[in-house]
Amino acid sequence: MCVFQSTINYFPEEVLEHVFDFLSSHRDRNAVSLVCKSWCRVERFSREKVFVGNCYAVSPERLLSTFPRVRSLTLKGKPHFADFNLVPPDWGGYLHPWIDAMVKARANLEELRLKRMVLSDDTLDLLAHSFPSFKSLVLVSCEGFTTDGLAAIAANCRSLRELDLQENEVEDRRGQWLSCFPDSCTSLVSLNFACLKGEVNLAALERLVARCPNLRSLRLNHAVPLDALQRILAQAPHLVDLGTGSFVHDPDSETYHKLKNAIQNCTSIRSLSGFLEVASRCLPSIYPLCSSLTSLNLSYAPGIYSNELVNLIRHCKKLERLWILDTIGDKGLGVVASTCKELQELRVFPFDPHGVGYTAVTEEGLVAVSAGCPKLNSILYFCQQMTNAALITVAKNCPNFIRFRLCTLNPTVPDAVTQLPLDEGFGAIVQSCKGLKRLSVSGLLTDQVFLYIGMYAEQLEMLSIAFAGESDKGMLYVLNGCKKLKKLEIRDSPFGDVALLADMGKYETMRSLWMSSCEVTLEACKKLAMKIPRLNVEIINENEQMEASTDDKQKVEKMYLYRTLVGPRKDAPAFVWTL
Amino acid sequence: MEAIVAHENDLNLKATELRLGLPGTDESEKESASCTKNNKRSLPECAEESAKNDDLDAQHGDCEAAPAAKAQIVGWPPVRSYRKNSLQQKKAEAETGFYVKVSMDGAPYLRKIDLKVYKGYPELLKALEYMFKLTIGEYSEREGYRGSEYAPAYEDKDGDLMLVGDVPWEMFMSSCKKLRIMKGSEARGLGCGV
Repeated sequence: MCVFQSTINYFPEEVLEHVFDFLSSHRDRNAVSLVCKSWCRVERFSREKVFVGNCYAVSPERLLSTFPRVRSLTLKGKPHFADFNLVPPDWGGYLHPWIDAMVKARANLEELRLKRMVLSDDTLDLLAHSFPSFKSLVLVSCEGFTTDGLAAIAANCRSLRELDLQENEVEDRRGQWLSCFPDSCTSLVSLNFACLKGEVNLAALERLVARCPNLRSLRLNHAVPLDALQRILAQAPHLVDLGTGSFVHDPDSETYHKLKNAIQNCTSIRSLSGFLEVASRCLPSIYPLCSSLTSLNLSYAPGIYSNELVNLIRHCKKLERLWILDTIGDKGLGVVASTCKELQELRVFPFDPHGVGYTAVTEEGLVAVSAGCPKLNSILYFCQQMTNAALITVAKNCPNFIRFRLCTLNPTVPDAVTQLPLDEGFGAIVQSCKGLKRLSVSGLLTDQVFLYIGMYAEQLEMLSIAFAGESDKGMLYVLNGCKKLKKLEIRDSPFGDVALLADMGKYETMRSLWMSSCEVTLEACKKLAMKIPRLNVEIINENEQMEASTDDKQKVEKMYLYRTLVGPRKDAPAFVWTL
Repeated sequence: MEAIVAHENDLNLKATELRLGLPGTDESEKESASCTKNNKRSLPECAEESAKNDDLDAQHGDCEAAPAAKAQIVGWPPVRSYRKNSLQQKKAEAETGFYVKVSMDGAPYLRKIDLKVYKGYPELLKALEYMFKLTIGEYSEREGYRGSEYAPAYEDKDGDLMLVGDVPWEMFMSSCKKLRIMKGSEARGLGCGV
């Protein structure tokens, strides 16, 4: 080993760089850069893809000076709980300073992937005009922009290959943004505008599809009717991923007949989604696709009723990923279990969580899938009820879970049969699934479940806790036990100062900690902020009374802390107080 | 430890307390404890009940999540707002049926019908004939509704007045905003042969 190490240091840097080229994951690259100074230098100068898990952990300028050849940037902004309305608007996560800095540094930006960030049309415009090689824009759960911003991207990014909009809130300006793709744009590989609410110019869309021979992924919004879909599919039989818009038509019509023919020709489709509006009588037209599908997302298609859903799924024997609504029911999940033997990821979303007389899925469905699908490794399951026995069975059936997220519709519901807390069930999960990286717990839970998590969840990186636990001990078990913990988010749980301050250095090994409606006081937060300078401890105070009263014994409603290299952020709004 | 102590106290209280719970309600200590243990940030309905009275059963009953409309907790269940908004809209449409107004020229008030109930045009037209006591007749592409002094029309998404029957039924369903039964000379303008 020693001989090898000294030998490799005599390699010229170009060779090292070439070796590092084979490292695609940023974690591997991070590890490599820690080996020694020369490796660090070679790695930094050759890194093209940079992942920033928290946009406030580092500044754009610092990033650019560390990685001058950055071409692809992934940025995440707001804390995860912002997805559930726990973070007030205008909290932050702005893209603009990043684009600004990259323009100034003359970076050759080609790809931008954003999650929970805020960007304006002006920023998109600047982006579109500043980077001639810009190829790929992926926006997930972002906001602040309109279709005018998209028009700027369409019109000016000559080499655009990918425009992927997932679940963003986009204001519709009726500006015909799709028509802004020039005739010279023929490079599109992926176009996803399913989340847009407004009409699109169908003729422009069809022409665009016709002139992009490399188009492989296309996801339409609800405004694209079935007849347009038919014409599009006729032009793009090589699609691999399709998201339909509106799927409503008269099955006796010629259009429908043409659609069936077009679909028969689309032999490459492996991923299907959409059906934002659907007439069930039209569904049989997609049966020919089902046998080769590996990914199916019907979670935005409440119009497909349980029995039709089941009929569809019976054809999908190769499915690896399934996203569905809980209208499928336990019986439907039984069909999934007996049909989809290759299933790896399942997400069951609630259709009507606050409805009356509404039967969602229960522990039965989960057990069935765990028994029938041996390759299952990732689950998100919203359910009416759960039992320890079921979770223990699931743990036995599926020891390979990497992600396990359970959400009971009533957050503190006990075991449906024994009325006991669900500690033992989740305990079985963490004990059995040695590779578990992400866990969300719910239901009635005491400190015991956290004892189990701390003891067994050695690979756990992200943990979400809500309405759980009894005392500081719960949180302490987790902080002491989970060595690889990166993100911890807690709401409405009785964890307080003792837990928060027990191991302050721990937070520098984590990306972030969120605590809301817990027992943490201002005094403790201040102590923590003072002790660990490389943390930003932010208090979100919507009442704006906190600074005035400065009663340190006061409980803090929302606290978000994260490690950072660059101190308190300068764009914090009035209701965010960095201690 | 604290929880056990609480149990013991509860037991004593229970022995002397008047119960208001339903007969046959399972009243194990664990159930009531599950509510009282649930710290100050208990679910809204629990908090309300405990403020009103000390009756453990009432607390328990509400905490056990009756299927009836619950007070909604911010951010629970944890579903992205984008998804929530999408499905909310569709849920509203699905539940309420697809009621459209039907006006008839000369009638003092309008009616409403649920388009979801009908499988196609013949059924719809029959229902309209029944409701308004008139005859609409047969549809033909060339002549419209020949032989009748009435013509069924509808207002579509763009606000245009269209003759019922031209487009496939599903397309009609998704674009029809309201119905209007036209009469007499105006109806003839739509191609009603006499």
